[in-house]
Amino acid sequence: MEYWRDEHGQAFVTPTLHHSITPLTCMSALLFWIFALLMLVFGVGVIINRSPVASALNLVVSFLGLAALFISLDAYFIGIIQVLVYAGAVMVLFLFIIMLLDLRAERLRKINWVASAGGVTVALALLMQIFYVVGNLPSTKRGFPPLARSTIDDVHNIGLLLFGSYNLPFQIIGVVVLVATIGVVVLSKRELR
Amino acid sequence: MVTLGDYLIVSGMLFAIGFAGVMLRRNIIIIFMSLELMLNAANLSLVAFSRFRLQPTGVPNYDAQVFVFFIIAVAAAEVAVGLAIIVALYRAQQTTHVEDIKSLKF
Repeated sequence: MEYWRDEHGQAFVTPTLHHSITPLTCMSALLFWIFALLMLVFGVGVIINRSPVASALNLVVSFLGLAALFISLDAYFIGIIQVLVYAGAVMVLFLFIIMLLDLRAERLRKINWVASAGGVTVALALLMQIFYVVGNLPSTKRGFPPLARSTIDDVHNIGLLLFGSYNLPFQIIGVVVLVATIGVVVLSKRELR
Repeated sequence: MVTLGDYLIVSGMLFAIGFAGVMLRRNIIIIFMSLELMLNAANLSLVAFSRFRLQPTGVPNYDAQVFVFFIIAVAAAEVAVGLAIIVALYRAQQTTHVEDIKSLKF
């Protein structure tokens, strides 16, 4: 384990702050694994449940675990909009559509074993590649460098970037959302002309 | 101690779960949910890199978080349009099963 604590060669760490193993870091590691496991288990639940409502509710729990992981990375703003947008708005939309269409649990169909085996093989190959790349990058074995201050004002900084250097993409996103809204209204009309 | 690699591996596993869902499931709504899982896996690795590569002042690199903000906004618009298309499809064909939709098959 000594190798994992070794943090030499990190030019961007402020030298006054020394990172050490404290009870707090053990606690955060425990919380990380709890929430990561929660997210992955309920993510598997999304794809193995036969009923669409159960899948959607599994997806909510998976997104909540992901929001906790964002907050563990000190990205409070992203974690909160993850809960508001995904666990709130998007999931309500999914559940509303499932109940509007009155979808029941799928009846059993003949499984196409060749296609299923192919899908699982490609997904496993992708996972093996990710493990290989992450295992061979030396910087992935280092922990996260400590922040300069204990409290960060990330909403302020993200807002400055959004309205400063990312102003044009921000306005384009506004147009995209407007076009999507009009498109949904047009698509939902009874008779398309 | 949690390392950057742990976050990247969790993110890769979430992406693989979403990918397997797209490949294995035949219900359009479940396929759509799996797509959301894959988008969120990409968001997780972006935020992990943002926290790992600090700026010289010792704060996270907020460019990545702005990028995640854009991804979430586009994904929300995409979900609205996609679900409207699914509703229109259900009205025309009375099914959400991809193997029942074969108008383009010859």
